[in-house]
Amino acid sequence: MQAREIFDTLVRLVGDAVFSFEEAVAKDGPRDACFRVRADSVALVMAHLRDEPALRFDFLQNLTAVDWIKRDVIELVYHLYSYPHRHTICVKTDLPRGAPRVATVARVWPTADWLEREQYDLLGVVFEGHPDLRRLLMPDDWIGHPMRKDFREPKSYRGMLTSRPSPMDLLQTYDRAHVAKPTGATAASPTEPGPAKPEGAT
Amino acid sequence: MSELIFAREGQGAADDDSEMILNMGPQHPSTHGVIRFIVRTDGEIMSSAEPDIGYLHRAIEHIAEKCTYEGFMPYTDRVDYVCAMTANHVWATAVEKLGQLPVPPRAHYLRVISDELNRISSHCIALGAMAMDLGAVTPFPYALREREYVNDLMEELCGARLTYNYHRVGGVGWDMTDAWRDKTLKFLDHFEPVIAEFDRLITTNEIFVGRLAGLAAISADQAIAYGLVGPNLRASGVAFDVRADLPYAVYADILPKIGWQTPVGRGAMGTVGDAWDRFALRVEEWRWSVRILREALDQIQQTPRGEFLIAPKRLRPKGDALARVEAARGDMACYVVGDGGPHAYRARFRTGSFNAMGLVREKSRGLMVADLVALIASLDVVAPEIDR
Repeated sequence: MQAREIFDTLVRLVGDAVFSFEEAVAKDGPRDACFRVRADSVALVMAHLRDEPALRFDFLQNLTAVDWIKRDVIELVYHLYSYPHRHTICVKTDLPRGAPRVATVARVWPTADWLEREQYDLLGVVFEGHPDLRRLLMPDDWIGHPMRKDFREPKSYRGMLTSRPSPMDLLQTYDRAHVAKPTGATAASPTEPGPAKPEGAT
Repeated sequence: MSELIFAREGQGAADDDSEMILNMGPQHPSTHGVIRFIVRTDGEIMSSAEPDIGYLHRAIEHIAEKCTYEGFMPYTDRVDYVCAMTANHVWATAVEKLGQLPVPPRAHYLRVISDELNRISSHCIALGAMAMDLGAVTPFPYALREREYVNDLMEELCGARLTYNYHRVGGVGWDMTDAWRDKTLKFLDHFEPVIAEFDRLITTNEIFVGRLAGLAAISADQAIAYGLVGPNLRASGVAFDVRADLPYAVYADILPKIGWQTPVGRGAMGTVGDAWDRFALRVEEWRWSVRILREALDQIQQTPRGEFLIAPKRLRPKGDALARVEAARGDMACYVVGDGGPHAYRARFRTGSFNAMGLVREKSRGLMVADLVALIASLDVVAPEIDR
């Protein structure tokens, strides 16, 4: 089924809960046909997408949240594929960035369990009704959602530094200590960064 | 690290001490990388095995937002280091789709050839390691010996043995030489009898079959619902392969010529979709990879030599694109969003191992502890691909 027909079928089923269909375009737009769905109708629309005999999208192949900080929204992108009909569609929905909440689809596609957990972990999207909404990749006590565009990494986590000095800086420190002494008795073998020679060695 | 969380609230061990909570991993040799399982058992029978992942999370998707489109290519190697070519390929394809970039035909052939060689070496690890996890150590060095030959070929092709960084946005990094083509053909001549030998040694081995037949069978419905992809999905009887059903690169020219039929699990030794099916299917994929390689190495001769890269001049795409590629661990999807800048605004990799791990908790119920190892090995998960 063509993407346009998929969209029309859905319009017949759910009315204006789905809108702004876009064909795949060559420039400055989506390269896969997609449409938008109202955030409060996600569960309903997804159930139709899976169960309607003409659609039968049985594989949620990807779930991505995109942080559009300038528009102040978090966009959820569902990529669906149908094994029986071999057609594909992309569904998008916008959530307010301050409190991104949306109904879970983990009961429609069990694979969404982990996909939603990951997006919750990294972007802070709360999937309401999710059976087990915990962090997946980050530690359980991590603060913040690291894929948000305004996330700033803390200096340390439980006493462990999250960054280390640049090796180039270390090299300069080493040079200052060992090389930059053109005169004086301690300037022995400046080119060899090997172990320090014992006292009294020639 | 945070304190070890052995059980979540309200789900602790039963009061009557009938269940034990066992911590498997993170550094367990048969977890294929750093993964932890929180296993709840009653004697040898598990009531659940809860995967705890994230130990190898390197925020690849975040790094993609900091690099140029071309500059991110070496990082994609690390998405799945056992089969890095396909991760290269999916990123290149996604960016080319986003930027509407042309790719010369010879580059497509070189991509297919490198992908299929990598699939062979990746399945060597998968099958060898699976046999070893079940206690048969001998097949592992046999499989790794073959993998070494592939690694040598890869090294000659692109200079690296594991993290190739071979594909480019708009083509591939280097052309192949005629000598390399001959060597590859010679390797295929050598490898085909090895597959038969491998079958005799392990696939049809009575003890091995007895251990795996009927174990942890995944039905087709369950496989689709949990989003299993690639060999795991096909072993459950679903005939779907991105190469054949959504052809990319030059697979549409190659597959009809070799009489392609998507291999599926048939339950020859037990139930459809059992651990043995998943093992045998990967052996079957070896055979198909060899045929694809022969055809591709033949067809590539008709493409003009030296035309293997059209480097994009100024890459500032706007929009979003999803690319799918059949990696060794199945359908790998890469979604990339551009906002007109030199970096990707958002990149996302959805990998086969990640989906497979989502099924482990469901599938482990009622299995023996030792069978958990077989289940994980038969799903062929690779830890960095789960965590990215």
